[in-house]
Parts: sequence; structure tokens; C-alpha cells
Amino acid sequence: MASGNGSTGEPIVRVEKVAQRYGRKVVLRSVSLEVKAGEVAALLGANGAGKTTLLRILSGLDAPERGQVWLGNVPLTNAGHEIRRYVGLVSHRPLVYESLNGLENLHFFAQMYDLVEPEARIEAVLTAMDLWHRRYDPVRTYSRGMIQRLAIGRAILHDPPVLLLDEPDTGLDQESVAVLTDLIAQLREGGRAVLVTTHNWDRAERWADKIFYLADGSIEDGAEALRQR
Amino acid sequence: MSSDSLSGLLGRPVQMRTGGGAKAFLRKVWAVAAKDIRAELRAKEVASTMIVFGLLAVIIFGLAFDLRVPKSAMVVPGILWVIVLFAGILGLHRSFGAEIDRETLPGLLLAPVEPSAIYFGKLASNLLYLFLLEFCMLPLLLVMFDTNLYHPVILLGLFLGTLGYAEVGTFFAALTANTRARESMLPVLLLPVMVPVFMAGVSLTAGILDGRPVSGLTSWLVILAVFDVIFFVAAYWIVDLIWDGI
Amino acid sequence: MTTTSLRRKADPWYMPLLTLDVLAGLAMIVAVWAGLLYAKEAANLAGDEQIAQRIFYFHMGCNITATIGFLISVIGSIGYLVRRSLVWDRIAQAGVEVGTIFGFGIMTTGAIWAKPTWNTYWTWDPRLTTATITILIYLAYMLFRNGMDNRHTRARFASIYALFAFISVPFTYYSARIFRSIHPVVFDGANAEAQGGDIVGGVGATMGQTLGITITCFIILFLALFFHRWRQLNLESRIEDLREELYQ
Repeated sequence: MASGNGSTGEPIVRVEKVAQRYGRKVVLRSVSLEVKAGEVAALLGANGAGKTTLLRILSGLDAPERGQVWLGNVPLTNAGHEIRRYVGLVSHRPLVYESLNGLENLHFFAQMYDLVEPEARIEAVLTAMDLWHRRYDPVRTYSRGMIQRLAIGRAILHDPPVLLLDEPDTGLDQESVAVLTDLIAQLREGGRAVLVTTHNWDRAERWADKIFYLADGSIEDGAEALRQR
Repeated sequence: MSSDSLSGLLGRPVQMRTGGGAKAFLRKVWAVAAKDIRAELRAKEVASTMIVFGLLAVIIFGLAFDLRVPKSAMVVPGILWVIVLFAGILGLHRSFGAEIDRETLPGLLLAPVEPSAIYFGKLASNLLYLFLLEFCMLPLLLVMFDTNLYHPVILLGLFLGTLGYAEVGTFFAALTANTRARESMLPVLLLPVMVPVFMAGVSLTAGILDGRPVSGLTSWLVILAVFDVIFFVAAYWIVDLIWDGI
Repeated sequence: MTTTSLRRKADPWYMPLLTLDVLAGLAMIVAVWAGLLYAKEAANLAGDEQIAQRIFYFHMGCNITATIGFLISVIGSIGYLVRRSLVWDRIAQAGVEVGTIFGFGIMTTGAIWAKPTWNTYWTWDPRLTTATITILIYLAYMLFRNGMDNRHTRARFASIYALFAFISVPFTYYSARIFRSIHPVVFDGANAEAQGGDIVGGVGATMGQTLGITITCFIILFLALFFHRWRQLNLESRIEDLREELYQ
């Protein structure tokens, strides 16, 4: 699945003039961007700028009103559910079941993603997220940071070539953020395409190869916005 | 998390079965149902509420009709089916309501799975809860009303009717999950559509209790069976439309 | 310019609709005249039943128009799910709303007629049961629409519900038929009609003509109401569009 190291060749995520509105509110006016394999892109913007909306569209949860999203050379709308294998999403919500334990959660999602012999993979993910020793505890008893780590583990469980991280640093302590930084670097080396949103300019600069700045429903040049800051 | 252990993440390629057809579909149906049932065993918030409500309702009906009805077998069929319908709603709306309240539904929809597999998984867990409810209700009805409902045809009718109710109910629960006031919306949408099942169920049960020959009651079983089959197929075809983006 | 000519200029539908309104008003007068005066008395009835049978013409008019509304809503719902255009959704909604009005007409006229004839206001006659349940489904449909804000989600979910509910209607009808056939008749008199049989025994010449006249008149009324409601929904939707443009 991984296509060598470093950013090479064709963009793996291509967003073309995507527009979206909810009722009367225009959230995305016209957004275009590209992320290549082995590239980390950061998406910055104020609260309500439409970062989450864009990530929902990229993950296939919402259909855009206008425009198109391409994964590789497949258009996302009407691609069918199989395309969802190639995307992992860390959303604002953990998307895990709090009455089940960490192991059961990942087992369930391994089944949903048709993982072959998932035990080794689940152990690797839980160990990497430092949750292996708490695997039999219900998620309800986890701290906020642990739940966030489990959510990240859920998103990378099926090792998708495209990873969408919606403010993954929320609720993480400094040490966990450091490891998240490592994880993002690992994903870049492994040739995955990563799109990460954050409020934190410094982290965005540290993590990303390129920065998009979302304001007023469209993309502004990240470097330009940074200079103006 | 530890930095060293991260290297193990990307070393080995992850294998997924793609496609897989009916077997993969059924595996996911089972995964969803098993997940719900396991969560229910831990949290005990759906099936247990339904069952306790059902038993309470039997007792309330017992109080309401005591001494006023010459023969309790006259009202038991109605009581049985009314309680199944009303108690069932408590569980049905939770099946998707819980996913909406805890905002876990996107996690299901993100996975490469047909929406119908999610629907059938929920249908399976709802069916189990309803059967549990009926399993607990029948003995209490026997005690409170001195009416024996353990007749194969009554049980067959109960099975078919419950299946149809769960099919339509689970579907409408998915439909109403995102609307305002879904708790009150679900029964309003569901009950008029359940009228044929209710009529067939009550008449069949009453017919057996009255000692009518089974041969005269087969048309009720046919109606229930055809209802089940048609709504099974309809739900399978239409359920994909519920979650196809905005 | 007067307001009328302004209105006429702004809306090409103004004159056709006004004509339809006048026609519908006249049609109602014709229906009342035909049902109460023109139709001769039924040969085999007497007393209260003789008077009551005349409501049957209005009952039938409501019946046909409610059925038309029902069919329109099903077509509109399928149309929306196939084409995903709100035009179809508005057709379905108008069909349901106007159909419901006539549905209440069916029940009211039915109950008034049933009291002297069957000696009860209410009976689980298969057709009456089906009509009642269908109206309940329509009321649920309207409440359900109310609970959703996004226009496309609302249209999609309402269409799905309408389709599902539509499938259940024949089941309700057949269940009610069997229900009646095995249950004893509770009211007095050996009245074969009460079993849900044909209510008008021998239809005389004027009765047949009157039936034709009143049904036509009710269809004209239905069309007038339907087009008004449909146009109103179109205008509402246009206002919503303009608001969205304004906020962009």
C-alpha cells in the first residue's frame, strides 16, 4: 500500500473547487488543494472556518454541494463504500464505544475493515498508543488523553494511505504530543498522505510540509498568512 | 505512548480482505450485533428497561381489567400485542439513538461497509431484545390472567409479528435518529404502519384462545409472513438512501 | 397600475388559478344540487336511511380525490428519490396535505352516513380502516417533515417514509377485510351492507349520473387546492433560495 518514501509524483488527495453550505450558512465557498503521498499538509483556520466540514467531505461522511474530491484517480462521490478503506479519520469525537474496552473497540473496527488476523495489528497499535496495559478497561474509565490516543489508534488501525486528523492534539499532554509528532513523521516516511488541522501555528510548522490557511470559506496561501501574522 | 513502539506500526503491511461478498457482509452484520449486545450487557440500558416496562405494563393491565372483564382470555391478546409494541419502542429508538447521542455513528459510516449491514446488525440485536421481552412476559401473563399462551401457533404468530415489527421499527429508528424529538416521532411514524401486524397478531392469538380451528387462521400467518418478507426486501433496498450524504 | 394588474404581471399563474377557483366554487354548487336535488330517491330505502344515502355522493367525491392525493404523493416521493429534485418533493407534500383534507371528508361523511344505516358511527369496515390509517400516516408524515431543517434531508427522509408507509397500506386493507369476515357483526339487524358489501344496491340512472357529476366536481376542487398549495410551496422555496443567495 505504501508507495516508497518521501513525497513523489501524483497527488493522492485532490480537492477541486469544493463548496458546501448548511442551510443558509455558506461554510466552504470554493476550496481546492492537493496532498501527495508522503506529504503532510496542515490546515489552519479560525473556529468555524470550515476545517471540520472539509474533513467530513474528504472522509466521505458528507457529499459536497459542488466540486469534487479525488482519492488517487477515483472521484469520492459515488465511489461506493469500498473507497473508505483508504481513508482514516480522527474526528473531534473519539468514535469509540465507551462501554466497551480498548481491545473490544479495536476488534470491532478490525472486523468492520475486514482485517485479516487482526490480533497482531491491534497489539501493535495499542502498544504504540501506550494503551496495551489498559486494554481490558472500559473506555469510560480512560482519561481524555487516553481516549484521544485510542481514537488515533482506531484511525490508523487499517493503515490507510490517507490520514485525516482533525485537531488530533486536543486533550493530549506534552509527552503525547511529542509522540504524535513522531507518528506523523513516521507516516510521512511510510508514504502516507496526511492532512492535519490544528489551531497551533508552531505545531503546524513542525509537522507539515505545506500549510493551507482556510478563511472565509476558501484557501489562502499559508505562507502568506503566516507572514502577515 | 512510547516512541520506540511506533516503528512496529508501519513495518508489517496490514492485510484487508476486499470484496468478500455475502460472507463478509454477514460477518459485519454479526460484528455490529455483537458489539451492541456486548455494550448492552455492560450498560444494561436498553433490554432491561424494555423488560421492566413490559412486566410493569402487564401488572398495570391486570389492575385495570381485574373483575371488569368476564373472561380474561378476551383481553389478553390485545394486552400482549399492545405491550410488545409499546415496550418495543423504548428499545428501538435507543438502537440508533445511542449512536447519535454518543456521536459514534460516523465511526460506523466511515468503515467500508454497506449501510444495510449496519441496519441488519441493529435488527438482529433489536430482535433479540424483543424476544427476551416476550420470553419474560408470557409467564407473567399466565400468572396474572390465568391464560396460557404457550401454543405453537400463537408463538409462531408472535415470532413472525415481532420480526416484522423489528424490521420496520429498526428502519424507522434509523430514519428518525437525526430528527428533533425522535423519542416521540418514532411511535407516531411506526404505529400506523404496524396496524396490519397488530390486527393479525391480536386476531390470531384471540382465535387460538377461543378454540377456533387453526385452518381458519392461516390467512393471518400468511399476512404476517408476507409482511416480513416484503419489508425485509424493502429495507434492504431503501436503507442505503438514509445515509447517502446530505 | 392597480394591485391586480401588478399581480397578474408578476405571476403567469394568476389568471388560470383564479379561473380554476371560480370553477371549483361553481363545481361545489353543482355537486350540492346534483346530490341533494337531482338524484332520485333510492328504491330500496326509507326514512333516515333514505336521506342519509345522499351523503354518499360527497363521500365518494372525497374518496376519489383523497386517493388521487395519495397517488400523487407516492409518485412525487419516488420522483424525488430518483431525480433528487425538490420539485418532486413539493408535489409529494402538496399531494399529502390536500389529500388529508379530503381524507377527513371521507371519515366525517362516512360516520354521518353509518349512524342511521349501520346504527353506529364507527365500524372497522376495511375501506374505512384503510382510509383512517392512511390519514394517520399522512399526519405522521407532516409531523416528521416538521422535525427536519435541511431541505434535502427532509425531502429524502419524507420520501422514504412515504414509500414505506405506502407498502403497508395494502396489508392494512387485507388485514381489515379478514378481521371483519371472522368477527361477529355487533349492531342490530341483519344488514348485509354492514359486512362491507356494496353500499348502493341497485344504482338508478340518476344516481349513476349524479355520482359522475359529483366526482368530477370534487376533482375540480382538488385540482384548485392542489395547485394553490403547490404554487405556495414553490414560492416558499424561492424565498428560501433568495435568502440563501442574500447571505452568500
